[in-house]
Amino acid sequence: MMPIWLALAKVLLAFVVGLGVVVLLVWFERKIVSDLQNRIGPNRAGPFGILQTVADGLKLFFKEQITPSRVERFVFELAPFLAVVPALMLFLVVPIARPIEITLDGAPYLLSFAALDINVGLLFALAMSSIAVYAIVLAGWSSGSKYPLIGGVRGSAQAISYEAAMGLSMVAVVMWVTTLPGVTDMGAMSVNEIVLRQQGTFFPDLLALSWIPQWNLIPQFPAFVIFMIAIFAETNRAPFDLVEAEQEIVAGFNTEYSGMRFAMFFLAEYLNMFTMSALAVSLFLGGWGGPFLDTIDGWAATALSFGYFLFKTGLVLFLFVWVRATLPRFRYDQLMQLGWKRLIPTALLWLILTTLVVSFREFGAPWA
Amino acid sequence: MADWISLPVNWVFLVLALVIAFAGVKVVTSRNLIHAALSLVGVLASTAALFLLLSAEFVAWVLVLVYVGAVLVLFLFGIMITRAPMGREVSLDNERRGLAAITALATFALLAGTSWVAFGDVEIEGVGDPITTGDLADSLLGRYLIPFEIVSFVLLAALIGGIALARKDRSPAEEAERTDA
Repeated sequence: MMPIWLALAKVLLAFVVGLGVVVLLVWFERKIVSDLQNRIGPNRAGPFGILQTVADGLKLFFKEQITPSRVERFVFELAPFLAVVPALMLFLVVPIARPIEITLDGAPYLLSFAALDINVGLLFALAMSSIAVYAIVLAGWSSGSKYPLIGGVRGSAQAISYEAAMGLSMVAVVMWVTTLPGVTDMGAMSVNEIVLRQQGTFFPDLLALSWIPQWNLIPQFPAFVIFMIAIFAETNRAPFDLVEAEQEIVAGFNTEYSGMRFAMFFLAEYLNMFTMSALAVSLFLGGWGGPFLDTIDGWAATALSFGYFLFKTGLVLFLFVWVRATLPRFRYDQLMQLGWKRLIPTALLWLILTTLVVSFREFGAPWA
Repeated sequence: MADWISLPVNWVFLVLALVIAFAGVKVVTSRNLIHAALSLVGVLASTAALFLLLSAEFVAWVLVLVYVGAVLVLFLFGIMITRAPMGREVSLDNERRGLAAITALATFALLAGTSWVAFGDVEIEGVGDPITTGDLADSLLGRYLIPFEIVSFVLLAALIGGIALARKDRSPAEEAERTDA
């Protein structure tokens, strides 16, 4: 049983890591995009402009929050929180470093670095990401204005469409890791467990190939591609950013928001980007795993594994930024076509294929 | 009875039950469709919390994922693309209030009666560890396979019915007109 102070400390750690990464991420994105567009980007606040986000945050914090007269006050004020809270909650199930054996009250205790290490972690993650839709739809409706309403409806339709594909790709991963050779117990819906089962290599006996890590990326590559496309759409990022693009119906659901309330939607988007990247790393890229972890032990290994986790998440985030600077935006009908007519059927097909392989592995050939 | 008060679990249950009852009343009395839908979110979220109280993590999060995250979002979505009520609406009541009340009371009596017959005043001591997803799958696809399949069959029928209702088949004349244009 985990003492309450430890639980609180874990949540606090997750909160600090999440918000810290977001502050850096906004700067990182602006810097990368300006590099890709042959501009300089922020360079005034702090070294390399790294404090730009802090400056922008302070500005938004002190700005007047305008509340238009026709809004539904309660819902209007609730919506920004509904955006931020699920994003933070989702991060709780992601293990950010290798578990470590510690002594707690005189007894050995395996300290896991997922704040919420529950059996149904992935289900929890999906539930949180589906709750995030409320922020968009309620912000759009409560604004009492036509453009935000249309933007909110479009945004929620997009989120619902891509959630199905995201969930299906996760199911394939869960089935895969549940029936890995040598695994006897079940219950691989815990994100922690999924990461643990990706440690090690595919061919430990072949010296030439023994460096290939046992990541789900390789056997589940189609699921990875589907998952990545779906999280781009779920986080409203380019090329699926028509939920909040300036050129589309006056920026969509957040038109009537200003000051800190607007900043919270902004914060939620970047937080979602980070948590979804962290989830992608945990599901497909071996989480905190990496070379040389077994040669050292104690807190040094934990710190190194945290470094690996951050590095991999950073790579996925770079992909987010790279895509934003490269691809033009989809049209709304193209977005729906891709979601329903391409992505979901592909995800279903891949799920069936995985099921066949998994049942073959579990029960042997039907003719045998 | 004195024991009842000393258990914190019971207090949490009481608070959740009150929230569910209050939000349930708000669902039917609210004059604004969106507010009614949001009250329903409150009911379902509190029900999920009740399941968590019973260590039924899987059921709790499925309830949040399916009902709060999907069904009610579709409700809101449907309301917004058809009526988009902004502000107060008064036309939500209709003539069948009496019948609805009778149905609600009958359902309540049925559920309460069943629970009473099944458990009576049995006291359940503690709830134990959460059941793993594997155990749940085993019982769902083992002991409860037939009810499970019947339910999925009903859902399939509803799905096909939905498509059949929503789809508008064109008559041959209309089809010819379309190709001309």
